[in-house]
Amino acid sequence: MHDLLLKGGSVLTHEGISVTDVAIANGRVAAIGSDLGEAGETIECGGAWVGPGFVDMHTHLREPGQEWKENIASGTAAAAAGGYTALLAMPNTDPPIDSAHLARYVSDQAFRARNAYVVSAGCLTMERAGERMAHLDELWDAGVRIFTDDGDTVQNASVLRAAMEYVAQLGGVVSQHAVDRDLSAAGFMHEGSISSRLGMQGIPREADDLTISRDIELARLTAVRYHVQHLSTARGVALVKAAKEDGLPVTAEVTPHHLMFDHGEVLSMDANYRMTPPLREPSDTAALIEGLRRGIIDVVATDHAPHAAVEKDVPFEQSMSGVTGLEWAASVVNGVVGLDQHDFFDRISIAPARIAGFTDHGQPLAEGAAGNIVVFDPDKRWTPSSTRSRSNNSPYLGRELTGKVRATLLDGVLTYAE
Amino acid sequence: MNHLLSTEHLDRSTLEELLDEAEGFAEVLTRPIPKVPALRGKTVATMFFEPSTRTRLSFEKAAKALSADTVSFSPGTSAISKGESLKDTALTIRAMGVDLIVVRHTATGAPWRLAEWLDIPIVNGGDGAHQHPTQALLDCLTIRQRFGSLDGLKIAIVGDIKHSRVARSDIFAMTTLGAEVILVGPPTLLPLDPEAWPVSVSHDLDSVIEEVDVVYLLRVQTERGGASVFPSLAEYATRFGMTPERFSRLKPEAVVMHPGPMNRGVEISYDVADDERALILEQVTNGVAARMAVLFRLLGGEHDA
Amino acid sequence: MRQVMSTEDLRRVTTRIAHEIVERNEGTNEVVIVGIPTRGRPFADRIARVLSDIEGREITAGSLDIGMYRDDLDTRPRTRIGPTEIPENIDGKTVVIADDVLFTGRTIRAALDALADLGRPGAVQLAVVVDRGHRQLPIRADFVGKNIPTAASERILVRFEEIDGEDGVWVDQGGDG
Repeated sequence: MHDLLLKGGSVLTHEGISVTDVAIANGRVAAIGSDLGEAGETIECGGAWVGPGFVDMHTHLREPGQEWKENIASGTAAAAAGGYTALLAMPNTDPPIDSAHLARYVSDQAFRARNAYVVSAGCLTMERAGERMAHLDELWDAGVRIFTDDGDTVQNASVLRAAMEYVAQLGGVVSQHAVDRDLSAAGFMHEGSISSRLGMQGIPREADDLTISRDIELARLTAVRYHVQHLSTARGVALVKAAKEDGLPVTAEVTPHHLMFDHGEVLSMDANYRMTPPLREPSDTAALIEGLRRGIIDVVATDHAPHAAVEKDVPFEQSMSGVTGLEWAASVVNGVVGLDQHDFFDRISIAPARIAGFTDHGQPLAEGAAGNIVVFDPDKRWTPSSTRSRSNNSPYLGRELTGKVRATLLDGVLTYAE
Repeated sequence: MNHLLSTEHLDRSTLEELLDEAEGFAEVLTRPIPKVPALRGKTVATMFFEPSTRTRLSFEKAAKALSADTVSFSPGTSAISKGESLKDTALTIRAMGVDLIVVRHTATGAPWRLAEWLDIPIVNGGDGAHQHPTQALLDCLTIRQRFGSLDGLKIAIVGDIKHSRVARSDIFAMTTLGAEVILVGPPTLLPLDPEAWPVSVSHDLDSVIEEVDVVYLLRVQTERGGASVFPSLAEYATRFGMTPERFSRLKPEAVVMHPGPMNRGVEISYDVADDERALILEQVTNGVAARMAVLFRLLGGEHDA
Repeated sequence: MRQVMSTEDLRRVTTRIAHEIVERNEGTNEVVIVGIPTRGRPFADRIARVLSDIEGREITAGSLDIGMYRDDLDTRPRTRIGPTEIPENIDGKTVVIADDVLFTGRTIRAALDALADLGRPGAVQLAVVVDRGHRQLPIRADFVGKNIPTAASERILVRFEEIDGEDGVWVDQGGDG
């Protein structure tokens, strides 16, 4: 007898997509097909997509050091509710993850919580200060494959070049929060008609584009695998496209909020629309959606960035930047971009797992493979009203979304069921 | 009208009513006892998160001339430095039994957030570089007293429009009342998208000086020395300052205005500032009357639906 | 609506009240007439005109806006501030307040407060076209055009040519009409 039967869903396997059943036993996929026999528990999957659990390569879990915003247990619980089985934790914690023992701490805490598999990204430079290389070898040995100073950009081209050379030799990925400090420092939102009307200092698109452009040239020089975080501009998409056409190992991600919103939302003055990079113009949003559809943008990443209410109950300009995303990212992408099942799972599970080097996640279902699975109903409309995160800084609360997670399995065990 | 946050969406009749009432209150201020009991028993709080002696005094004088009590809050003497959110601070002030809050804040939108969190009228006393609606009212009142109406007047607003809440408020109020507004300054001090505003733009003060009825000079942020936005204060004064020579080329009835505090010798020369056609002190006097009109409108009588 | 005073009645009581003012105050040298807007103002102007004829010199009435002195600002529809123009210093003078209808007395209470903020009159007197009763405060008029007992639900309409295009006084029964 199987432990669990996922019955009648549209199942993504290496062979393609078909409506069938999936049996789970001993934490693994026992069988795929019809008439699989008895199971301890059956989940009806009619009308839903069954595929590999979602993989987020840009999550801020805030632990260690900022547990009033989020901790690993609460962040991974939110991830499970959003269909995620694996996360790449960003290293801008306190202390930042610039040494091996800190990276191990994050994975160990996640292992105890049993909501999702978590690997930490490592800092590129010590204390994310952009000056000296972090303990890259030691981090690599602790399982770190992606290196980033996220939250900050490595501004010094010479420091970045050296770090890229080193990471290239290890076989890792340099992932960059690509924003020019001087052009963005005084700004709070996209520089454009809305910032002008509000008298708010803006951040021009060029703050992103100049850095992406520079980084791509340094990636060309150093042959490192380079990943652009949270694209926000149409020009950024074009730069990534050109780099790929040149054959460079460049990948890119986009967040749900940059797909769904533009700078017009800032007129509400609601601090939940303060992000870095900022929400830009409708033409940028359209280019990001098109880029994701065409695969120029490889990945949807949440940039799940919890902040406590006290950090958002302030004027826009004084608020912390960022919003939570794990619980609604799949719904937003599904509703806004409208990908088919294959491309949907590619962008939100398979591609991020490939870039992050997660072998037991983000694989089309196969007999004998680890039972890291999501059941996602692409047609269900719902309105989020609560969150499992410790923070509720989300512009999606109270908005109707299309597509909802029905169940999430981590190593064959339900971490979330509707 | 339940709050006064911006001039951007005030229609002409509301603006004119406020100016009419301000005229009435200007008369009250000339009485032997310049005070009426209209808001007796009400409490007006000023929450100024940015230092501003003159605006705060003006609001307090306006409240007192209406017999309201005033309490004032400033972050230097408060819990703000201890990490309290603006929302908690506002709820605390509200709980003390305050009937209206005048807020000034360095951050755009702070008054909107207060209006969202609290159930009492909020008056924007200036937010970031965004809006300063009572300044626009007193400016329009001053112009109307001089010319009878703003209809058809040509008004040049000169200087750092980009970072000016006074300009943002004046542009909407003045054009709604029928004036034509020309923004004058170097490109680094003009809005990015002037075509989206109901204004025309010039980089050359001399080319418009002879045709305008009002020259509204904005304060230059001398503390920054202008370094990043124009070459030097001296060059600014030469190209955009109201020098005696430029003043002599104005139409005979044209006037000069300034929101204060002035930098004599930079945006306005010493002599011009003291001329009868520089209405700077009239603006200050009218500030109290305009703010009385706003406070009375929001606290006197039933609120509009 | 029932007319209770005609144009001629209104003219006659204005003239009578002007004479009573002169008689009571032994002339008008120390008297200042102020009307309460809206309809106390034309009444004051008319009294002043008669006084000018009697005294043979130009006497002008003032205007006393009491909107800001009302004690019911919270509950009534929005009040607008109106002009206050007092033709001369009122310190030590006899101020005659003119209004159209004396009803609860609250308007006159507000007018007394407003006067106190303008100076220190030697005496204050009150002239009204109609006293309709229903006082809520210890206030009485010195000069009354006509006493008209009313029900509280009725309305008294005093109309002046200058404002309403016709002169006269009417009683409106109120009710459902």
